[in-house]
Amino acid sequence: MEFLAFLLRRLGWSLLVLLGLSVVIFTIARVVPGDPARMALGPTASADQVASLQESLGLNDPMFQQYATFLHGLARGDLGRSLLTEQSVTADIAKTFPATLELVICTILLAFALGVPLGVAAARWKDRWPDNLVRALAIGSAVMPTFFLALLLQILAGYVLNVLPTTGRLPGGIDFDAGWTGLVLVDSLIAGRGDVFLEAVRHLFLPTIALAAATMGQIARITRASMIDVSRQDYIEAARAFGVPDRLRMFKYMLRPAFVPPLTITGLEFASLIGNAFVVELIFSWPGMASYGIRAIVQKDLNAIMGVVMVSGVFFVVVNLMIDLLVGVVDPRVRIRGSRA
Amino acid sequence: MTALLSVRNLDVSFTTYGRRTQVLRDVSIDVPEGAQIALVGESGSGKTVLMKTVMGILPQPPAKVEGGAILFDDRDLLTMPERDRLRLRGTAMSMVFQDPMSSLNPVFTIYDQLGTILKHADRRLGRQRGRRERWARVLEVLEQVRMREPERVARSFPMQLSGGMRQRILIAMALLSEPRLLIADEPGTALDVTTQAQILNLLRDLVTRQNLALLMITHNLGVVRETSTYTYVMNQGRIVEQAPTAEIFAAPREAYTRELIAAVPRLTGRAT
Repeated sequence: MEFLAFLLRRLGWSLLVLLGLSVVIFTIARVVPGDPARMALGPTASADQVASLQESLGLNDPMFQQYATFLHGLARGDLGRSLLTEQSVTADIAKTFPATLELVICTILLAFALGVPLGVAAARWKDRWPDNLVRALAIGSAVMPTFFLALLLQILAGYVLNVLPTTGRLPGGIDFDAGWTGLVLVDSLIAGRGDVFLEAVRHLFLPTIALAAATMGQIARITRASMIDVSRQDYIEAARAFGVPDRLRMFKYMLRPAFVPPLTITGLEFASLIGNAFVVELIFSWPGMASYGIRAIVQKDLNAIMGVVMVSGVFFVVVNLMIDLLVGVVDPRVRIRGSRA
Repeated sequence: MTALLSVRNLDVSFTTYGRRTQVLRDVSIDVPEGAQIALVGESGSGKTVLMKTVMGILPQPPAKVEGGAILFDDRDLLTMPERDRLRLRGTAMSMVFQDPMSSLNPVFTIYDQLGTILKHADRRLGRQRGRRERWARVLEVLEQVRMREPERVARSFPMQLSGGMRQRILIAMALLSEPRLLIADEPGTALDVTTQAQILNLLRDLVTRQNLALLMITHNLGVVRETSTYTYVMNQGRIVEQAPTAEIFAAPREAYTRELIAAVPRLTGRAT
């Protein structure tokens, strides 16, 4: 019961946050200079044409009324039409979001699976060569611009070695669209199409590495710092004085209490990658929502901007809620305090 | 009377940022079987380093044992193989940690922590004990430290227990594998005076009933008077005075000891 109350309370707050987000983005999108109608029609369109598009988009209505129209549509799942693709924004997002999601999930899994062990190793051999290596890696991956790494990988693996595909989600020859989850990896497995799965993995390889590097470095750094912090605690010394073996001390007594910061960072990174994936998506011609969103912003495609921001917002809220629940599982202090509050 | 623990002429130094500091100089103490010995000194006098050296948990480097011997049962801990030493650690000689708030792992239950220690102590000693027997042993030591609901306590996380209870759990932890020597590092300093008195009472009872040797490390002379029959006074890494506890209080020979005694706050309200 307590858990349900906690969940409902969190969901309530999340709704408020999303509402606030929509107001802010709605206002900003309309206040920044540039006329969406003029941009959509191009420089050769006549002033009359522009004016009539403005009228039909409702841009001449008071801002308040425009927002009410937006909310009304949102409640029905209708985000309006995109000026750029001339499709419904909902349909555009349904088509592009799974591609980004698949890329981001693989990225987070890779970054976490590498980052945590690297951080643990660095803490275990603090100030020795494994630590120095991990620190160099972490800093290197943090300062290396994602686009540079993406291009480097593309040139190396794609053109020089010619072993991995450099664009798209699947080869042009394969037309696979099961349309269940939109995640090719999952759908191909459900459909029993091993060949499609393998191709999907090959295509995911480079963009995932390019996108994961910085996050992995971040997770490794946080894990290292957190492990070192915990290793100085009295209870670790106590475990040593009572003869608890080294490995058990590392992986149970230290890693568990040290696990919350890496978990939190992973959640934040997960959510922000949805937006930041656009560089990688552009370079690898990945048909995802991040690059769709960037095009929408450049073209002042108001409905598409709102749609992308709202979907990212919902995703952010959901991921953070999941992380909060996970943190409660890992750390009883959070769980017990949370249920009392 | 041969001593159970005998520290002989121990020298320990620390090197930090290239500077070497001698923290223990020619320290010798004896803890006979079943005796209650106190080691008293102010913060930074080297008591904790001595204790950690004996327990073998001194971080080396930066610390370095420069010379001397630590005999336990007439075998030198400093020269014996690491395997043998590990066999003693937490079993024949174990330690009561000082701070109940930070010496228990916050994310595991009491049973999880005590059970793990017991399991590995058994393994080092080549003993067999099933899961059910382990649970029973943990409850047994929790009862020994006068825990009223041992089963509930065993299933609790540290944060669900009071400071006094946690300190008693630290004592239970030290008792798990039937030690012969208990080293107590100012137990209860972090607690209020009443609770600390209860803890010291409990400790004294356990030590006499189970005939354990106790080395009580403290800066508190009240604690010394309560818990020991023989006292070593330590200052700046040296043993400056040693005598039966009653003598130390009746006729302190060293100026440092007199200062320590004078520094004890009085509760009578008289100006001193």
